[in-house]
Amino acid sequence: MIRSFSINEFYFLLSAVQWTLALSAIAFLGGAIAGLLIALGRTSPIKPVRLAATGYIQVFQGTPLLMQLFLVFFGATVLGIDMNPWAAAALGLTLNASAFLGEIWRGCIQSVPRGQWEAASALGLRYPGLMRYVILPQAVKVALPPTVGYLVQLIKGTSLAAIIGFTELTRAGQIVNNATFQPFLVFSIVAALYFVLCWPLSLLAARLEARYAAPGR
Amino acid sequence: MTLNDDRTEAPVPRSMSDEIIIRMEGVQKWFGDFQALKDVNLEVRKGERIVVCGPSGSGKSTLIRCINQLEQHQQGRIVVNGIELGAGARHLDAVRREVGMVFQSFNLFPHLTVLQNCMLAPLKVRGMAKDEAKAIAMKYLQRVRIPEQADKFPGQLSGGQQQRVAIARALCMNPKIMLFDEPTSALDPEMVKEVLDTMISLAQDGMTMLCVTHEMGFAKSVADRVIFMDRGEIVEQNTPEEFFSNPRSERTKLFLSQILSH
Repeated sequence: MIRSFSINEFYFLLSAVQWTLALSAIAFLGGAIAGLLIALGRTSPIKPVRLAATGYIQVFQGTPLLMQLFLVFFGATVLGIDMNPWAAAALGLTLNASAFLGEIWRGCIQSVPRGQWEAASALGLRYPGLMRYVILPQAVKVALPPTVGYLVQLIKGTSLAAIIGFTELTRAGQIVNNATFQPFLVFSIVAALYFVLCWPLSLLAARLEARYAAPGR
Repeated sequence: MTLNDDRTEAPVPRSMSDEIIIRMEGVQKWFGDFQALKDVNLEVRKGERIVVCGPSGSGKSTLIRCINQLEQHQQGRIVVNGIELGAGARHLDAVRREVGMVFQSFNLFPHLTVLQNCMLAPLKVRGMAKDEAKAIAMKYLQRVRIPEQADKFPGQLSGGQQQRVAIARALCMNPKIMLFDEPTSALDPEMVKEVLDTMISLAQDGMTMLCVTHEMGFAKSVADRVIFMDRGEIVEQNTPEEFFSNPRSERTKLFLSQILSH
């Protein structure tokens, strides 16, 4: 039975936005925590730690996000873990985000001038204090615009979770389309909803960049 | 050197003791294939004021940066305040607590106020209480004559003021030795004097100082000893009187003619 696209279908799409947002938020928070560890690992004075962090980043940047989601989803089944699409999507996106945020933040940490590291070391600060009180507060300012920019990528990336069966915005679009057979209309609305989520963030990233690119840095 | 330069009029009294506070023996340092220090031997007595000069790339900065291990030497021994360097992280921490450093480019922490810059190490390295750290920070900001700037950020200060804050920040750790790495080279000419005056007053209090500088007026009035380096070696060392009036090596003569000719 073919239904026509009505306000109810629109509400269904709209309510799926919350799952896109929830998945984005979890992947971003998880990715931020793990990404900080990866960034610290990449800039560590200890070589094996640096190599391990580099390897991690290369694996996740060098393979498609969709393959990573597949591997987490089907890999869990192979290992005998019953993982639902929701958990698999959250874990896969978190791993992916941690690699990308780790690499972005590595650059920000290394952009803090060498003299700052030297002055802090000469004052007797050891690595944890040096990072916490001197380097990271300065790196955060540099990191803010590209991090918000990456969040936009992440929100759009959550659409791939539709393929492993997690009902977020894109999957909701597929479901509605299967019932209405109005793909152009349905996916136009889906795209518009993504745009409404992402556009303000893109504007914010641009504003932050203008603000922190001010002279004096 | 001009006659009206008041820095030369009152030589700073000598206050050295016989105690050796820094000892370098056969120190060698390479950056890749480039040898930055060649068999450097140096003894510094407590309270001694040493000026290190020489052409750029001669190893003078590397020499003082080895003393607090911002650079690691590869051969030889360095003993600072009775602690041998290169024998583990705990020794390094102990040395850095006793050695203050002032850099050419100030290296103040731009995200912290002047006061916070001065309080950071006493709080986080010495583990002082906040009130105590603040009192010490204000004491040394008074000492470098900018207590009124305490709540400003480094970017709001002139270069000379920033360098004086950097000196105060190092002094807040109550170091036994102060290292100066071309402290006036990045300053506009009118600000050089305020920084040198601060350094002179420090010298008058008996601080052990090693200064890499081309301020020969400062060397004449303050230094107990001038060390001339070239190509990673200590070529010549002498009292400032002898060093300037009677240089022995040809390299020293050439260097002095280049920096004093105008």
